[in-house]
Order: sequence, then C-alpha cells, then structure tokens
Amino acid sequence: MRTNDVILQTTTKVVFFIIFLFAIHIFFAGHYTPGGGFVGGLLTTGALVLLLLAFDLKTVQKALPFNFVIVIGIGLLLALGTAAGSILFNVPFFTHAFDDFTLPLFGETSLHTAMLFDAGVYLVVVGSAMTIIQSIGGDA
Amino acid sequence: MEFVLLIFLPIVAALFIPFLFKRMKRIHTGWFVLAVPLVLFLYYATYIPSTMDGGHAISELQWIPSLGISFVSYIDGLSLLFSLLITGIGSLVVLYSIFYLDKNKEKLGNFYVYLLLFMSAMLGVVQSDNVISLYLFWELTSISSFLLIGYWYTRDRSRFGALKSMMITVFGGLMMLGGFVLLGIMGDTYSIRELIASAPDFVGHDYFTLALVLLLLGAFTKSAQFPFYIWLPDAMEAPTPVSAYLHSATMVKAGLYLVARFTPIFAFSEVWVWLVTGIGLLTLFWGSLFAVKQTDLKAILAFSTVSQLGLIMSLLGAGAITFHSDDAVFKFAMFAAIFHLINHATFKGSLFMIAGIVDHETGTRDIRKLGGLMSIMPVSFSVAFIGSMSMAGLPPFNGFLSKEMFLQSMVAIRQFELFQFDTWGILFPVIAWIASVFTFVYSFYFVFRTFAGKRKEGQLPQEPHEAPVGMLVSPIILGVLVVGIFFIPNLVAKWLIKPAVAAIQPNLYSQPGDIDIHVAAWHGFKSVELWLTVGVIIVGALLFISLSKWQKVYGLQPAKFSLNALYDGMMSFSEKGMNRISRFYMTGLIRTYMIYIFAFISVAVLVILFTQDAFVVDMDSFAHIGVYSVINAVILLLAVCFVLLSKTRLAAIIALGAVGYSVALFFVIFKAPDLALTQLVIETVSVALFLLAFKHLPALKDHGETVKTKMTNGIVAIGVGITVTLVALSAHSQKLIPSIAQYYKDTVKTEAGGGNIVNVILVDYRGFDTLFEIAVLSIAGIGVLGMIKLRLGRKENSDENK
Amino acid sequence: MELLMAILIGVLFTAAVYLILSRSLLKVILGTGLLSHGAHLLILTMGGLGGSAPPVLDKEATNFADPLPQALILTAIVISFGVTAFMLVLAYRTYGEHKTDNMNLMRGNDEHD
Repeated sequence: MRTNDVILQTTTKVVFFIIFLFAIHIFFAGHYTPGGGFVGGLLTTGALVLLLLAFDLKTVQKALPFNFVIVIGIGLLLALGTAAGSILFNVPFFTHAFDDFTLPLFGETSLHTAMLFDAGVYLVVVGSAMTIIQSIGGDA
Repeated sequence: MEFVLLIFLPIVAALFIPFLFKRMKRIHTGWFVLAVPLVLFLYYATYIPSTMDGGHAISELQWIPSLGISFVSYIDGLSLLFSLLITGIGSLVVLYSIFYLDKNKEKLGNFYVYLLLFMSAMLGVVQSDNVISLYLFWELTSISSFLLIGYWYTRDRSRFGALKSMMITVFGGLMMLGGFVLLGIMGDTYSIRELIASAPDFVGHDYFTLALVLLLLGAFTKSAQFPFYIWLPDAMEAPTPVSAYLHSATMVKAGLYLVARFTPIFAFSEVWVWLVTGIGLLTLFWGSLFAVKQTDLKAILAFSTVSQLGLIMSLLGAGAITFHSDDAVFKFAMFAAIFHLINHATFKGSLFMIAGIVDHETGTRDIRKLGGLMSIMPVSFSVAFIGSMSMAGLPPFNGFLSKEMFLQSMVAIRQFELFQFDTWGILFPVIAWIASVFTFVYSFYFVFRTFAGKRKEGQLPQEPHEAPVGMLVSPIILGVLVVGIFFIPNLVAKWLIKPAVAAIQPNLYSQPGDIDIHVAAWHGFKSVELWLTVGVIIVGALLFISLSKWQKVYGLQPAKFSLNALYDGMMSFSEKGMNRISRFYMTGLIRTYMIYIFAFISVAVLVILFTQDAFVVDMDSFAHIGVYSVINAVILLLAVCFVLLSKTRLAAIIALGAVGYSVALFFVIFKAPDLALTQLVIETVSVALFLLAFKHLPALKDHGETVKTKMTNGIVAIGVGITVTLVALSAHSQKLIPSIAQYYKDTVKTEAGGGNIVNVILVDYRGFDTLFEIAVLSIAGIGVLGMIKLRLGRKENSDENK
Repeated sequence: MELLMAILIGVLFTAAVYLILSRSLLKVILGTGLLSHGAHLLILTMGGLGGSAPPVLDKEATNFADPLPQALILTAIVISFGVTAFMLVLAYRTYGEHKTDNMNLMRGNDEHD
C-alpha cells in the first residue's frame, strides 16, 4: 500500500481532523440528537482508514502508536465498570444516574453516567474495527 | 447430623486426590484415600445396634422438590449391610492397592479419583430411597466401573472390556429407569418405602409385569446374569484391586440389592419368582460349567463370580415364595441369600487378591504356566486354600454353611405347589446339585493347579517369591473372616443378616428378633443336604482327578456361536449401519447442510403460516408509497442484480457497497437518522475492508456448477424469499401486543434524561444487549487478529494423527 | 409501502440464499452481506414504516417512528460488520491455506470423522 499522491496526502491531513472532530461531536451529541458511541466510533475509524489509504500502514502506526487490542480492553472495562459501578450504590446492575450542572464555560450541562458507558462502546468499536483493518492491511 | 451428606464424602475427598498425588510424591496416595472408607465403615458400624432392633434412620436432601426428586439416605438392615460391605471391603482393597500399584509408575491420581467416585456412587445406590436418585447413582457406578476397567487405557483389551461393560450395564440401567418411571406412575411417588406400602394395589395393574421385567433387566445386567454375564470376564482387564472390589464384592451385587429391595413390591408376581429363580439357577450352572474351561486365573474367578451371583439370585427368587406360602421350609432361602452374599464377599475378595499376588510375583496369570508355588508362597497358598475350600462348600469354612442352606432351599422348592412348580420343581435341586459339583471342581482347579504339583521351570516371566507383608494383610484378614464366620454364624446373623432379611420380608417379620432361624453346621445324618454335599465331594473329586481328560470337550463349542460373538456382531452391525445412515445425508458439504436448513425453514414456516391461519395482510395499515422510495427500491434491485451477475470480484464488491448505500437511503426515508449514519459509515469501512483484502481473495469462478444445481439453489432461494416476504407482511399486519414505543417516549426525558430515544435504548434501557454486543465485536476483532497473526507452525505439524 | 418493502426484502433474501449456496467462496461472503441487509430491512418493516419524525424528542413532533426496531437494527449493523470481517478473513485464509475456493472440495476427510 505504498502511494505517493501529494494531493491526497495534503488533503487528508486536513480532512482527517474535520472528520475526527465531527465524530467527537456526534459522539457527545448522541444522547439528544442522532449519534452516539457506535456512529462516533465508526466515523473515527473511517477517518483513520482515510489516513491509511493516503499514507502507508507503517507511517500511521508511527503517528498513532496505539495497540488497538488494548483499546478494546479499555473500552470493555469502561462499559462493564460503568454498569457494575451501580452495585456500589446499592442499586441494580446497570442503573444509570444523571443530573444537571452549571459548569463554567459550558453553562447548563447535564452529566450522565450513560455517557461513560457510551465511551466504552466508542472505544470498543474503534479498537475492534482498527484491529481488523490493521491486521488485514498488514497481512502480506 | 445429616448423614445423607456422607454419601458424597468420597467424591469430595476425590477433589483433593490429584493435588496430593502431585505434591506429596514421597507418600503413596493410597494412604490418604484409606482414611475415607475406614472412617465411613466405623461410622456406619454405629448403626448396627439400632438396626438389630429393627430400627432405621432417614436423612433427606432436597434436589428437585417440584418433581419429587431428592437424595434420601435410608438406612435399614439391608442398606446398612451393603454400606458396611462397600466401606469395609473398600478399606481392605485400598490397603491392598497401596502395595499392588507402584507409586512411581502408575497414574494413582486417576485411579483413586475413580475409586472414590465409585464408592460414593455405590453408597448412593444402596442408601437411596428415591428411585430417581438411585438411578443416578446406578449409572455413576457404571461410569466409574468403565473408567476403572479402562484404567490402563493404552491396552486394546482394556478399552474393549470397558466399553463392553458400559454398553451392557448402561443398557440395563436405562431399562431399569423405565421400570422406575412405570412404578412412579403406578404409585404416584418415587419413594421406595411409599411404593412398598402401596405394593398390594399394583398387582394386576397394566404396567406391573412390564415394570417388573424392565427392573429385572437392570438387575441382571449389573449382576452379570445369563445372558448378560459376558461383560464380566472382559472386565478383568482392570487392575486386580478393582476386580476384587467392583467386580466381585460390591458393584455386581448392586443387582442383587435391587432384587432384594424390590422383593416386597414384586414378589406377589408369578413372573418374578420364575424369572429370578430360573435365571439365577441357569447362571449358576452356566458360570460353574465354563469356569473350568478358563486358563487365566482371573477368568476362572470371573466365571465363578458369575456363577455365585446366580446362586444368590436364585435364593432371592426362592425367598419370594414366602409371599405365596406360609410353609416354614421356604423361610431359609432369603436368609441363605444374605448369608452367602456376605460369605462370597469374604472368600472371593481374598481369592482375587491372591490372584493379583500371583500375577504380581510371577508375572503371569496363565494357569498352564503356574504350579508348585506352595513352597515358595506358603502364606498366599494358605489364604487361597481357605478361600477355595469355602467356595467349594467344605467345612470348616463359612461357604459350607450357606451352601448347605442353599441346597436345603432348593430341595424345599419341590414342595411349592403354585405356578406349575409342582411339575418343574424337581429340576431345581438337580441343577443346583450339578452346579455345585462344578463349583467344587473349579475351586480345586484354581488352587491346586496354581500352588500344588510340579514347578514348571523357565515358564514364568519372573522368579517367584512371597508377596510383601503389606500386600498379604488384606487377604489374610478376609481369610480369617472366612474361618471365623464358620464358628460364630449366629452372631453374624444377629448383627447383620437378620436385620437385612427383616427388611426384605416385612410380610413375615415385623422385627429382626422374629426370625427363628438358627445356623448349625451339623443337622444329623437324616438331613438331605448332608448327603448331597457328600455326593458333591465324591463326584467332584472324581471329575477333578480326570480333568485333563475331559477339559478338551470345551473346545468343541465353535467360537461363532458364543454370546460374545453375538455381542461383537451386534456392535459392528450397529456401527456400520449407523455410519451408512449418516453417510447418506451427511455429505460433508456445507451447501448440502445449508439446503437442509433453508428448505426446512421455508417449509416449516409456510406450513405453520397457512395451517394456523397466521397469514393476514392488513392493507389499511400500510404507509403510503413515496416517490423517493420507489426510485431507491429500483436502485437497490439493480444493485442486487449486479451482485448476482457480475463476472469480476471488483464489480461484485462495489455492487455490494451500492446495496449498502441504498439501504442507508431507506433508513433516511424511514426516519431513522442513527441507522442511516451508521450504515453509511459502515458501508464505507466495509468496502475499504474488502479492497484491503482484495489481493488475497480468489477470483470469481463458478467451478462448473451445472444447470441442475443452479436450479436447485434457485428453487430453495426463491422459497426462502417468498417465506420471508409473507412473514414480513403478516408480522406487520397483526400486532398481538401494543408496541413498547409509547413507554419509551413517555419516560425518556424523565427516567433516562435523554432525547435521542434510539441511543437511550442502546445505552440505558437495553444496555445489556449493547454490553454483549461490544463483547461480540471484540471477539470478532481478536478472532481476525488471531487468524492472521498466529499461524501455529502448521507447516511442520499439519496433522496430529500423523 | 410495506408491500413494496416486503417484496424487496424477499428479493434480497433470495439473492443472498442463492449466493450462499454457490460453490465460490467469495460468493458465499457476498451472500452473507446481502442477507444482513435483508434482515435489517425486515426488522424495520415488521415494526411498521409510518411515523413522520425520527424518534428524537422534539417540541413539535408527536408522530415518531418506532424507536425499538431502530435500536435493534443499529446493534445488528455493527455486529454484521464484525461478522462480515471475520468471514472475509476466514475465507481468504482458507483460500491461502488450501489453494482452492471451491466449496465442493472443502470437506473434512474421512480420517477425522
């Protein structure tokens, strides 16, 4: 997968961040408007795939030195931990809590434990999809 | 204390055995095991005073109360006697095995785990009051016996013998389960005590005889009665301690226990008396006849066990006569059965141990190579002599007493007048007498061909010498019992036999003290038994002296017509037949299986749709058709056609992507923004995935599919398509319960604090689904990684069978 | 609309089953892809296609589409992605190992029965 396309590479550098920011936005917006962990995760993966197509596998791995299998693990732990955390407060497994806060800068905001769970989903989706793509791409 | 839990003590102990075997290499694992049966024996012995007075003890552990299934430990005279046998002989056998099995060479961890498993199972069999848990333990004895016979699993004969015993005893066990279920239907309870209480009502019930026969099949297979005995000689491949324990003293007596336990229920039946007595006697005769043919020490003992089990079985059958006649002459049979059961355990146990010693010290069990060991192994010879003489029925050994009572009972049968016994009754003492003669012959054959005569130099694999002391302890204890019981039979009767007999014949005795049988060695010159015994000795001695002249007669029986050949034939026939049947439809091709699945789905669903009037189309509920949808549908159809018809893989992959995008458009049209977003991104990533894998993928070829296979595929495919269409329509048209959607709409803000219902369902309402889903996704990801990264040296080691 | 969709789903399933039954390994993969698309649309159609607004709380909207099928499908889409990727790799690794993509030749040999 060695390409030497200057236009693609230059565009990609900009577009990657746009897609990535959009993914983050969609992820956080998920609770109120369409979006969420799955879509956010997949969009992030899409951005990374674009990087992979424009540059080669080694370059991307150097720029983003994650082991995506570990990302899967962190995601699963986060999701399971959020779900199990409710046991500590003596409520059934998977009970979420939420409340409205007034934060400086953000103003009226509601914080939600479901968000943490969704973050777990996000990480697992990115981790799994990237594991699959990197493995296939790296298979000589 | 809930003593029902003690049944499980050996299994619990078995959990620790592998650790002890691994960690404590210096001490033979058997020493730890020995504690288990010893403690249990001492514990159960404390029940003797209570059962002597006709008392009993019950302890219950609920298992499946809704079905009336529980673990019940019911200790009365009969189950106590068996429990003592199991733990007592068990202790001696474990002690013997410590010296028999080398701690450095053998896999003792496995051996003792199996042995303890068996001990629990056997205790469960004899103590269970609930027939279902009795069945459970019964099969567990078969399984542990299977494992123990196959202990030296590298030997072909061991595996063959293990499988054979398993096939036959498990077959019998299943039949027995059928009998139990029928009993449960008749009596509306699974408790044996309650069944016995309502037994008189069963006579004449439609199921009564069927239940009886099924139950007897279980007992006969387990106790190696004719014609099922064939598994027992092959089971002799087990290590000798196992043969002594399972295949002579305890497990094979489970069938006798079963017959004894159910005597109060079935003894009212004519069939019961005939079958139990007749089969028992036939087995006695058959076993003794063929024991003389054998040349392997353990095979002789195996056939003698078969024959002795038949003897006890026939006595149990004769004992059932007391349910039909009040004549005092019939009362001896049941007493004799229990008495001989104890005696057999003592003398046969010691003989097996001696056979093991001979094998261990000389390296062979072939009686043709043995001889003249008397001077080298004097202790072993003495024990073997005591055991054999007891088996032959000579004084002053315990076998003499029970054998006398046996002959007495058989003679008494002539006086029974019901069920055509007045015509055929004379056969019983005649067969019993002939069998006793052969018993005499094989007993002498066993002991004198091994220990007396000239030594055959150079025929033995090892230089013979006397066994170590530890190995001799157990057979000596049993030998002492053989002699001891002869001198104190009435004490043994009071402690053990009478309580057991009273438990079997509640119609005759309300408590053990009522039994007015006194055992005596001398009945005076007028007693028939004495002269029968004298006859046995004279004829038997003559036959033994001339043995070498007539033993060849056995060679006349062609191997083709033996029961073993029948078994082998049945096994290979069923194996081949089953293979042929499964080859017929298991082609090994995924396509065939897929066709089965798809065809079955469409046929089953269509039949149900139309027979149950489930197919309803409600045109009014349909949404209106939009222009965009029609256009999109056309695009989708075109894309599908492209996937089907494309000749190159690149075109097919792109067409598949097109299908995905148009599905995403449908999601947009149908107001599902989350789905549309996800589908769009997924489709992009998927196409990228396909293109990444492109260079690895094979070209599109049809591999010479004929028109005929294409037609078949097409028909199945269209069938599935039509089915799905109809299901979609009728599922949409009839809503049996209102949608939960309204609940979500009402609560999403208040309960979950969210706005996007789909996302809230995913992370909150149905968070469990999502949790498992991401787990599946991770597994898929790691699976892909594994398939690509880990190529486990398959080049060198591609086939483990090579 | 539901009638049209039902027929469309039928076509998708027909095509998918036909491909799955073919001898070429790649066609089997394509078939499973089509099958999952068909299944997603099937769930959506069974739930009903009415509804004039997406299932997102809004001041004006009252006639939502049914959110439950959508949530189920969302899960299914992601799972089917994982499964398709798995099948794809399984297929090409099989092809690499056995040097054939003919399903008729891929069967256990008798020794391993």
